[in-house]
Amino acid sequence: MKRRDFLAGAVGALALPGTALAQVDPLDPLVRAFANGAAVRKGKVTLVLPQLADNGNSVPIRITVDSPMTAADHVKSIHLYSERNPVPNMANFYLGPRAGKAEIDSRVRLAGSQRVTAVAKLSDGSFWYDSAPIVVTLSACLDES
Amino acid sequence: MAARIQIPREARRGDVIEVRILIQHPMETGYRHDDVGHLIKRNVINVLSCRYGGVEVFRADLSSGISANPYVQFYTVAEASGDLEFNWIDDEGQQGSERQSIVVRG
Repeated sequence: MKRRDFLAGAVGALALPGTALAQVDPLDPLVRAFANGAAVRKGKVTLVLPQLADNGNSVPIRITVDSPMTAADHVKSIHLYSERNPVPNMANFYLGPRAGKAEIDSRVRLAGSQRVTAVAKLSDGSFWYDSAPIVVTLSACLDES
Repeated sequence: MAARIQIPREARRGDVIEVRILIQHPMETGYRHDDVGHLIKRNVINVLSCRYGGVEVFRADLSSGISANPYVQFYTVAEASGDLEFNWIDDEGQQGSERQSIVVRG
């Protein structure tokens, strides 16, 4: 980003307090890149993680998206991002109206205490996210376990 | 590569059913070393898909960020009697497949 663009953005943000709030969220730049400039709003998505994991090699995770899952209004995909893993995009799940319910459970590896983010892409093209912090005592990947 | 699929045996048409799959796979991250200090090559399942009656209802791109013996649970609407067929492939090109049938009434 050029300095001029940044300043223009900052001035714009000051002029509109609503958008200024939206711009200070701690969203991963990768998530922004994934949304390709579209707004990624907080809401609709619920990410459930334990607050503390003794072992980062297998951490249960649940992502639920509030959606009627009809042909006209459904979740197209759910994307999981880690702040500290060597591979930040942990997984992508592709669903459709035939899922009936937008909920995924899995187990992930986490390389240390961090914030995990789940982003959902809806059929109308909008993006929603939720994130959750987790403390990992024994981190995966880097401990040679 | 063995896998265990858990779905209800029977359902009524239109029911949202829970589908679980657990695949036996090391999901080798590519960041670990063996006893003599050589890096162990990455070998993870990249793609896992589920077809129901021949139509894809679920797909996942996985990475080294998913635990060994990957477990995934999702939902699908019981449309008609038939098979849920899972297919997956790992970095070494090994393919796995498993299917489970369901009877749909009503």
